[in-house]
Amino acid sequence: MEASQFLAFLPETVLILGALALFVVSLGDSGILYARPVSLVTAVASILAAAVSSGQDAVLFDGAFRADGFSQWLKVVMLVGYGLVLLLSGGLDDVRHEIHAEYHLFLAASVLGLCLLVSAVELITLLVCLELASFPLYLLVPMRREQSAQKSQMESAMKYMMFGIAANGVMLFGMSYLFGLTGTTSLPAMMPKLAPQLGSPLAIAGLLLTFAGLYYKLAIFPFHFWAPDVYQGAANETAGLIASLPKIGAVAVLVRFSSLAGPDSGGIAGVLAVLAVLSMFYGNLIALVQTDLKRLLGFSGIAHAGYALLGFVAADEPGYTASLFYITSYVLMVLACFVVICRVSPDGTNLSIRGLAGLHRRSPLLAVTLVVGVFALAGLPPFAGFMGKLALLKSALARGYLWLVLLAVLNSAIAIYYYLGVVRSACFGEAGENQSPIRLDIGTRILCVLLLVGILGLGVAPAAFLDTISSSVARLLPNGTRPAMAEQVHPVPAPAVVLR
Amino acid sequence: MPPLTPTGGPPWLTLLIFAPLAAALVASMLRGERALRVWTLLFTLIEAVASLGLLWVFDPGTARFQLVERWRWIPALNLEYALGVDGVSVLLILLTTLVMPLCVLASWTYIQTRVREFLICLLLMETAMIGVFCALDFVLFFVFWEAMLIPMALLIGVWGGARRVYAALKFFIYTMAGSVLLLVAIIALYLETGSFNIPDMMGRPYSPTFQLWVFGAFFVSFAIKVPMFPFHTWLPAAHVEAPTAGSVILASILLKMGTYGFLRFCLPITPYATKVFAPWILGLSVVAILYGGFTALAQTDLKKLVAYSSVGHMGFATLGIFSLTRAGLEGATLVMINHGVTTGALFISVGIIYERLHSRDLGASAGLGKQMPVFAALLGLFCLSSLAFPGTNSFIGEFLVLAGGFQVSTGMVICAVPGVVLAAAYMLRMLQRFAYGGTDNPDHSKIPDLGIREIVALAPLACLVLWIGLHPQPVVHLMESSVANILQQATGPAGTVALVSH
Repeated sequence: MEASQFLAFLPETVLILGALALFVVSLGDSGILYARPVSLVTAVASILAAAVSSGQDAVLFDGAFRADGFSQWLKVVMLVGYGLVLLLSGGLDDVRHEIHAEYHLFLAASVLGLCLLVSAVELITLLVCLELASFPLYLLVPMRREQSAQKSQMESAMKYMMFGIAANGVMLFGMSYLFGLTGTTSLPAMMPKLAPQLGSPLAIAGLLLTFAGLYYKLAIFPFHFWAPDVYQGAANETAGLIASLPKIGAVAVLVRFSSLAGPDSGGIAGVLAVLAVLSMFYGNLIALVQTDLKRLLGFSGIAHAGYALLGFVAADEPGYTASLFYITSYVLMVLACFVVICRVSPDGTNLSIRGLAGLHRRSPLLAVTLVVGVFALAGLPPFAGFMGKLALLKSALARGYLWLVLLAVLNSAIAIYYYLGVVRSACFGEAGENQSPIRLDIGTRILCVLLLVGILGLGVAPAAFLDTISSSVARLLPNGTRPAMAEQVHPVPAPAVVLR
Repeated sequence: MPPLTPTGGPPWLTLLIFAPLAAALVASMLRGERALRVWTLLFTLIEAVASLGLLWVFDPGTARFQLVERWRWIPALNLEYALGVDGVSVLLILLTTLVMPLCVLASWTYIQTRVREFLICLLLMETAMIGVFCALDFVLFFVFWEAMLIPMALLIGVWGGARRVYAALKFFIYTMAGSVLLLVAIIALYLETGSFNIPDMMGRPYSPTFQLWVFGAFFVSFAIKVPMFPFHTWLPAAHVEAPTAGSVILASILLKMGTYGFLRFCLPITPYATKVFAPWILGLSVVAILYGGFTALAQTDLKKLVAYSSVGHMGFATLGIFSLTRAGLEGATLVMINHGVTTGALFISVGIIYERLHSRDLGASAGLGKQMPVFAALLGLFCLSSLAFPGTNSFIGEFLVLAGGFQVSTGMVICAVPGVVLAAAYMLRMLQRFAYGGTDNPDHSKIPDLGIREIVALAPLACLVLWIGLHPQPVVHLMESSVANILQQATGPAGTVALVSH
């Protein structure tokens, strides 16, 4: 292995070493002492490694693994997310103490799977990476401590696993079509062979079935059934993880796949548009009547996955960029909500919306984090959710999907109502008992501030980040960089004014 | 519109917009309630004085946007950070910066809980409000427009009256629901023009159908903010529950954003649709004037009374705008300023009464004028102004609006005239009860007259009432050419081009 190839694989190497260390820790009895520090060190080291390897461009393992501009920034995002999730999980009160080391081990393995996933350019590798990312999650769900009030974790875990395996089966089935059509499992080789046959029902069916496995991760309607139950059944910290990082991985792989299909795949875009609308309406309407905060986030997550699909309906560079930007912002926003759930919930139990009452007195920082996170989810400026939504709507409207855009904004209007319900409880509600202030450890404070800065930063000054995404997406698309949307629709005369 | 050229020189507008934000950061670190209040008051005063400097550099002779700043903001989405002002926006900025210190003064003793958060909300509001009036990039405008929602909802929901949460949520949902369509219209305009720059969007030959849809989206959003007749139901709730400062900001500035939106966007961007819809909107305006008047007449809650009178007064503003005449537009702009001054003062007055009686009931305040002669005199002046008594500010504005309306439809104006009489009826009724009313009230003799702080809070507004009332020329001069330009864009050749080209 040459030095540059080694560099390209550095983040994964660090993660593997970290996971091994965690495995060793799990063998002893002192897991509860060492697991978290080892995990944190792994996270920091892997973030550094990802930063170091960010400029790399290499193909490894006989063309199965590709480090390019696209994968490397995603790894940075993913690993930063890993760090945030670790800060979020804190003391892991709700997970049985004797298996903390295993929890951290599985967490690291899942993140490793996600990192490999964004670099996988071969179907079988991709599937293996997806499984590596998923199986640890299946195991994390039932690790929740059993209490008299909560026994649903086993049921949730079974549901999560059954649906996951079924979705993977469907995905494999779809892949078999793609292989049958092209005779290869390598994505770069598949691209030119698939292009001429794109109109054929077989190719469309193959691609859509392949997407199914990823839609399951994103919880797109009709692959969403697991989401609310798993959110509710899993420990708060685990739900925070399941709600966030895997979605970035799924969107990233979807971008890699969809770019295969090219921009003019009418049939696929139509199906995606319908799925997006169904997800939005289903998620938002059912979220309206939720009383459990995690379930509410589960249903709103379905709706947000629907928004993110808008970019895939547009199926061009601005669209993919918008989707990636949106899902990255979504992770920050949803983590902001989950940090509040984890810290407010007494004793790690599930938190009802009413349980937030008086939060502004109990912990102003958490209240601000929640309000910012929720308003960002609602798509209000100046937060990241607004910029993401703007980019998505713009890309879909540029491709002529006015009806889709109108339904999407109608949905954001519906969603306001339940988001306001959360804010109402946290800011305006006065609770009777349990008004003791919540003490936050330093890790939580750092996490809150990081999330606030991230949500505000991506909302006010996302220029550099958007540029990174769009240039990496441009290189992924088959016909190189496509002209920006504006030029396609209407030739714009050169600006008469030179901007400073 | 000619292309927007950066003026160069110091970024005055940026400083004006973001100074309150910086002040809010400072406020978040200050200790002690008194220090916080003094700091916020001092800062808002400095901001007010500094904004007067706009008059110095602003040239009222031209309709072009001035003090223009243009920077790249998010190239990937083609967004710019573009600012600039014309005559209308300068007036509204000055109104904003004038009202803010008065709000701080009016909440000096009224707000006792969570003072820091309250003052920070006020400062955030100031940033967003000035931003709305300066933004020349449509997305930037939208960002400021929506950024107001959260602090305003908090002002109502945290420091408001008994049904504050209901009122805050209603305000939020109404405004937000209105603005989602605005966002779609913005994107649709962008796809037609390739730019989010507002002057770039003006005077383009859009197809009639396109204009009608875009106008529809604009209209819903702005009409909710104004609020126009069928969209007004959030207003009484919000006004009644909001603390004094919240009511003042809501009445003086936020309502103006609706009419500002009509002036800035509807008329210049969709002139054809404006002409198509104008008769209907004139009708709605007349309904609003009459409805507001009659409902105000029936109120016994002082705040509700003033709130419904706002519906009527804003009806005059929309009547003037959609008369599409010069007198009408100038009158409407004057009504916007006057309503900001007068209704702001009335809400502060109601707040003063409430602080003394802990009731806003008209009956409870009856006869209070005997104990508070200074206050009675000031309140009388504001009441006269509100009913458009000659010699006060509102007279000029409403007179011009009606004069403009006459050129379009005599029938409409004749229908609107009872509104003026109604205003006299409900205002004089209130004044009569307050100053001379019943002796069967509990003893008011312990009630003190206005303190220095309260006089200072009302005096600038009283001066403006008389000054604009007796000598409106400086104000009119400031906006004259801008209003003429907007009118020309709405009725001029650009509108006809659109008709011919399709």
